[in-house]
Amino acid sequence: MKLFLGGILLAVGFAALPLFTQRNDFLNLGVQIFLAVALAQSWNLLGGYAGQITLGHAAFFGLGALVTRTLWVGGAPLFLALPAGALVATAFGVLIGAPAFRLRGAYFAIGTLALAEILRITVGNLMPQISTIPAAALASYSIIPRYYLTFALSVFCVAVVALLVRSRIGLGIQAVREDEAAAEASGVGAFGHKLLALAISTALVGLTGGAFAYYHVSYYPQHTFSPTWTFDAVLIAFIGGVGTIHGPVLGALFFVLLREVLAVRWVDLHLLIFGVLFVLIVLFLPGGLVGAWDTTRRLIGRLTRQR
Amino acid sequence: MILTQQLILGVLVGALYGLAAAGLSLTFGVLRVLNVAHGELLMLGGYGTFWLFTLWQIDPFLSLLYVAPAMFVLGLLLYGALFQFVVQANEEVRIKNSLLIGFGLTLILHTLAIHFWTADERAVTTSYGGAVVRIGVFAVPLIRLASLVFAFAILTALHLFLAKTRWGRAIRATAEDWEAAALMGIPVGKTYLVAFALGTVLAGISPSIGLEWTLKALIVVVLAGLGSLFGSFAGGILLGLAEATSVAFLGGPYREVMGLILFLIILVLRPQGLFGERG
Repeated sequence: MKLFLGGILLAVGFAALPLFTQRNDFLNLGVQIFLAVALAQSWNLLGGYAGQITLGHAAFFGLGALVTRTLWVGGAPLFLALPAGALVATAFGVLIGAPAFRLRGAYFAIGTLALAEILRITVGNLMPQISTIPAAALASYSIIPRYYLTFALSVFCVAVVALLVRSRIGLGIQAVREDEAAAEASGVGAFGHKLLALAISTALVGLTGGAFAYYHVSYYPQHTFSPTWTFDAVLIAFIGGVGTIHGPVLGALFFVLLREVLAVRWVDLHLLIFGVLFVLIVLFLPGGLVGAWDTTRRLIGRLTRQR
Repeated sequence: MILTQQLILGVLVGALYGLAAAGLSLTFGVLRVLNVAHGELLMLGGYGTFWLFTLWQIDPFLSLLYVAPAMFVLGLLLYGALFQFVVQANEEVRIKNSLLIGFGLTLILHTLAIHFWTADERAVTTSYGGAVVRIGVFAVPLIRLASLVFAFAILTALHLFLAKTRWGRAIRATAEDWEAAALMGIPVGKTYLVAFALGTVLAGISPSIGLEWTLKALIVVVLAGLGSLFGSFAGGILLGLAEATSVAFLGGPYREVMGLILFLIILVLRPQGLFGERG
C-alpha cells in the first residue's frame, strides 16, 4: 500500500512537471526515464516473473521502432502505427518462443540473442541511411506530446505488469518459474504461461520502441536493434530488483540520472562502469536495490527487537 | 561456376565458425555455462595476433605460440574472478547467471577495446596475404585454406587430448555427470578451471570479432549439438555453406537470416542437434 501511494505520488509529480518547467533538457530527461521504465518493466515480466532470460530484448524494441516509424512517417496515424509495431514485435517473439519453450535450457536465450543480432545486421544492410522525421513534421516538433506519450506508456507498462502478476495467470507464470514440473503437476501449463508472458513482454517493448521512433528526430534504423537496448533493460531491472514491480522503476531513475552524471565525465567509459556494476550485482546482490533495502530493514528490525 | 566458388569460400569461412563454436561447446558441455562473451574473447585473440604482427612482424600463425598461453591465463583469471561463483548453483541457475555475466563481460570488453584501440577494423596483411591457390578453374585464397587446415589440426589435437590423456578423461567424465565424477575422485573444480581455460584458448586462436561471432558460434552449437568437436566443425561448415547458398540466391544483405532459419528448423525437428548425443 505504501509502495502504491509512493508510485501515485511519483506519477503525479512527473505528470505535473511540464506545468512548472518548459526546459527541454528536463523534459528530455523525463522521456529517457519513462522509456527506461517501460523497457525494464517489459523485460522484468519475462526475465523476472517468468524466469525466462532473454538477451534479445533489442530485437523487439527495434521491430516496434521500425514498424511504427515506417508507418507513421508514411502517413498512418500514430494510434494505429504504435499497436502495429507491438503486433509485429509479438509475432517475432512467438516465432522464437513457440519452438524454444518446448525445450529446456538455453535455447530461448540463444534464439532471442540470435534474432536481435541477425535483425541488427540485416537492417543495417538493407537500410544504411539515417532515418529523419519529414521536414513538415519536424517544423511542428514539440517535446510535450512526446513527454506525455512516453509517460503514459511507462505508467501503462507498470500497471499491466502489476495487475497481471496478481492475477491467476500471473501466479501461474511465477509458479512455472519456481518449478516447471510442480506447476505442470498442479495443472498449470508451463508452455502456455511462458508464451503468454513472452507475448505481453514483447508487445510492451514493441510499444516502447514505437514511442522511441515517435520521439527521436533522427537515428540509424540499425541503432534501435543495438545490444545496448537489451543491456539497459537487463541492467535497470537488476539494479532495481528483478521480479518486483517497483524495482525497475527505481532502477530506471537511478540508472538514467547516474548515466547523465557519468556520461558527462567519462563519455564512453561510463558503459564500463555499468558493465562492472552489473556483473557485481548479478553475483553478489541478485535482489538489487529493493533486495538490499529489505535485507537492511530486516537486520535493523532484528537488532532493535533484541534490545 | 560462381556458385561453386561461393560454396568453396563458404566451406572455408565455415571451418572458422566451427573452431569458434568448439570452444563454446566445450565450456557449455562441461561446465553448463554459456559464455556469451565468447565473441569478445575471439576479439582479444585477434588483437593479440594483430599487435604481435604490427609491432614485431610475428607471423599470424606463429603468433599463436604466444597468444594461446596468454588466452589460457586469461581463461584462468576469468574463471577465478567470475565463473567459479556461477558453477556453484544448480544447472538452470548456472545457465541463467552465466548468460547474464557473459553479457556484462561482453559490454566491459567491448567498451575497453573501443576505448583503447578505437572502433576501426584491423587486418593483418602478410606477404602471402594475397596469394591464391588455383584448383582447376577455382581460386582459393591461401590464408583461408591454411586456416581450414589449421582449424582441423587444432580440433584433432584437442580430440586426442580429450580422448587419451588423464585430464581429458576427467573433463569428459565431468561433462557426463559431475557428481559421479566427484565420487570417483576427480577434482571437479580444477577440471572446470582447465576446461574453461581451454575454451578461452580456442576462442583466442580463432580469427575474430565480437557479438557477431558469438552469434555464429551459438548457432553452430545448436546446429551441431553438444558432445562432438568434429560435430562443431561440420556444423560450422554447414552454416558457411548455407550462408554461401543464400548469398548466391538472395543476395548479400540476407546472409545472416540463413542462420536464424537453420536455428528454427533444428529446434523444431532435431533439438539435440545434428551430431548431438543427448536423447
